[in-house]
Amino acid sequence: MFGFILRRLAVAIPTLLLLIVVSFLLMHAAPGGPFTQERALPPQVLANLNAKYGLDEPLWRQIAGYVWGIVAHFDFGPSFVYPDRSVNQIIAAGFPVTLTYGGIAFVVAVAVGVALGVAAAIRQNSWMDYLAVGISIGAQVLPNFVMAPLLVLVFTLWLGWLPGGGWGGPIYWIMPVVALSTSFMASIARITRSSMLEVLGSNHIRTARAKGLPERAVILRHALKPAMLPVISYLGPAFVTIITGSVVIDMYFSTGGIGRSFVDSALNRDYAVMMGITILVGALTILFSLVVDVLYAWIDPKIRY
Amino acid sequence: MIRLFLTTALVAGMALPALAVKPAEGEKLAENQSYTFWLLDAIKTADPQKNTDVEGSDIIRQLFEGLLNEDEKGAPVPGVATGFDLSEDKLTYTFHLRPAAKWSNGDPVTAHDFVYSWRRLADPATASEYAWFMELMNVENATAVVKGEKTPEELGVKAVDDHTLEVRLTTPTPYFPKMVTHGSTFPVHQKVVEAEGDSWTQPGKLVGNGAYVLKSHDLGVQISMEKNPEYWDADNVIMERIKGLTVNDNNVALTRYQAGELDRVQIPAGQYPRLKEQFPDQAVSIPYSCTYAYLLNVSEKGPEALKDVRVRKALSYAMQRDVVVNQILQGGQKPAYNWTHWAIEGFQMPEIDYAGWSQAERLEKAKALLAEAGYGPDKPLKLTLQYNTDENHKKIAVAAQQFYKQIGVELTLNNVEWKVHTDRMQSQDFEMARYAWCADYNEASTFLDYFRSTGMNYGKYSNPEFDRLMDQSKTSEDPNEQYTAAEKILAEDMPLVPVYQYSKVDMIRDDIKGLPTENVMNDWYAKDIYRIQK
Repeated sequence: MFGFILRRLAVAIPTLLLLIVVSFLLMHAAPGGPFTQERALPPQVLANLNAKYGLDEPLWRQIAGYVWGIVAHFDFGPSFVYPDRSVNQIIAAGFPVTLTYGGIAFVVAVAVGVALGVAAAIRQNSWMDYLAVGISIGAQVLPNFVMAPLLVLVFTLWLGWLPGGGWGGPIYWIMPVVALSTSFMASIARITRSSMLEVLGSNHIRTARAKGLPERAVILRHALKPAMLPVISYLGPAFVTIITGSVVIDMYFSTGGIGRSFVDSALNRDYAVMMGITILVGALTILFSLVVDVLYAWIDPKIRY
Repeated sequence: MIRLFLTTALVAGMALPALAVKPAEGEKLAENQSYTFWLLDAIKTADPQKNTDVEGSDIIRQLFEGLLNEDEKGAPVPGVATGFDLSEDKLTYTFHLRPAAKWSNGDPVTAHDFVYSWRRLADPATASEYAWFMELMNVENATAVVKGEKTPEELGVKAVDDHTLEVRLTTPTPYFPKMVTHGSTFPVHQKVVEAEGDSWTQPGKLVGNGAYVLKSHDLGVQISMEKNPEYWDADNVIMERIKGLTVNDNNVALTRYQAGELDRVQIPAGQYPRLKEQFPDQAVSIPYSCTYAYLLNVSEKGPEALKDVRVRKALSYAMQRDVVVNQILQGGQKPAYNWTHWAIEGFQMPEIDYAGWSQAERLEKAKALLAEAGYGPDKPLKLTLQYNTDENHKKIAVAAQQFYKQIGVELTLNNVEWKVHTDRMQSQDFEMARYAWCADYNEASTFLDYFRSTGMNYGKYSNPEFDRLMDQSKTSEDPNEQYTAAEKILAEDMPLVPVYQYSKVDMIRDDIKGLPTENVMNDWYAKDIYRIQK
């Protein structure tokens, strides 16, 4: 197992390098640049800007310099669009915000989703099943860009209970968490339900029941763990998606997370910010697919690395 | 030397308080003197020489103060300078700075600060995206300094003493005083900038000379400011705290305004009539100095058809501006038949023939012109309109497609992302392109210079007579004569399809007073606003 983890981490380095090079090239291939404006800049000013940010050098040197900056100083460079901030500062300010509402949304989605799924499976075709499936389908079809403005309308304008946006104490977290967690929760509930139904029909459950174990113990001790396998393979990528930010949440609730910065940086051609966030997302993706694989081995004794 | 005052407002301003008495007769100030305004996007920087955004300028105008400010109508009034002298040849301006002006750390604001900042704007090492503004101001050697051919020290700006600033221009520039109200000309504190580097504009580090100091700035969330006790006119500043909240979605911003979280917000397109009826004291429509148009590519790279003036005229005549303004935008915008915004100070609207016709007449004429140019049912004119992604641009483009169908023109719509749109326009890689121009200063030349052969002019329009008129306007006693004549040439050559002239359509809470409603530039100063008891 230890060797497996080491091997996976070793592969991660060339993967990240490849990610950097490909994103870098794709980004530079897009028309326009960070300093393309409605009013074209005089050639001299543009040349000055390009020189300041090193954009006048050949691409390979830009990439090499960039990677060296990260490896040697953990410096992701200056933002091209926010001249008084570095990429490190932008991520340091935005990522904790995203991590907070994303982390809570993840916990909520897993807890509620799994509970709904299990409840629906053990009382299949009862009112409880229909209710749980109804809720999860409802949550799935209501996209967060519809839900977000609706939440603001109801809880800020009509009821006056919650601030309509911004970032501060827990009161600011509620609406982003609700808007972000629902669709994940719905997917988790559906996956849990079908996997649970499959497990409940399997031989070892019949054996457990035949032993005379109470239903509660059958579910918790024997059914839940194997039923979680497909859920966990979904959770790995979902976790990365959820904590690396949602542009919709940042846009509607002005949370200042990195989701919005990511999209803005692409539209603004803010190469450095875009690279910084791409690398962050890439590294997290690699890390959590590894975590999922390790969890797999722990849950399913049949899997050995 | 002749002693010159800016306008009558300044003459009054020299003897009397600079602005109207606050609060006005019968108004009682509210306990709560705070003002929260809406920002669509994150503020990119609070550095006067590096900012390029309108929203950034709104912040900079509170944190810093330039030589001159604007009054509620947009006319220049004293700022750090109490007034100026203009030499006989109209090439040297001498500004007199008030000795009481201070930085927020208590240091005096001197002419040297302005010299430093102006050089900083032009200096290639700063790499300012607004360096061209110094060239637009015609400051001596600005172009050479920006190009790196001369050192910043050779820029035509000099501190005669601590409180006297001398600026030399290359050519008489009648609108020069209006240009020094622009944020890029505001002073910065040399020691702070040099000590802190790029991060000097962060809260706690930033030293300004404006009526407010920066308290906090969370990127993409909010920026808050507090009254600066060191400001020379702090006794007359009523508003204590101001805050900008970023809300990326206009509809959510409106909801938050209605929930009481914002004091001012833009009204989304099409909602003005409803809100005006519901909240007559809050919904406002203020002329705003931008013009919306479709640029026609008349360059070598442009389509053959657009080189024919008859085709260009037909396209302009067939644009049903009343439909755009009254049915799509519905916010008090005005149909445009010319380029310069109607509300620009001193601008006299020329008599443009087709502005006076009925739409039916225009359509007839357009069809006739197209037929004359050789286009008809058997040989329909096909053109592509490129516009950048935006709901409103799309609505207007779809409408234009229908308008042009009526004269037999097949218009293909091509929607691209903003940077791609800009990039293609700048390389003349388009046929018709959505475009808008906003004034840099409150004078018609900011619009008309665009269409000079040497101007931005993405469609590469060129007419020597037009250029000559614009050259003449620079030294003219009354340049508005030339401007009117230049507009007539544009209407004759039609290198663009003017569509509409902007209004700023906003909700403003009715207990907030002192926001300018007649300044076409829409520049506002928090030091002039206050909240009354209702």
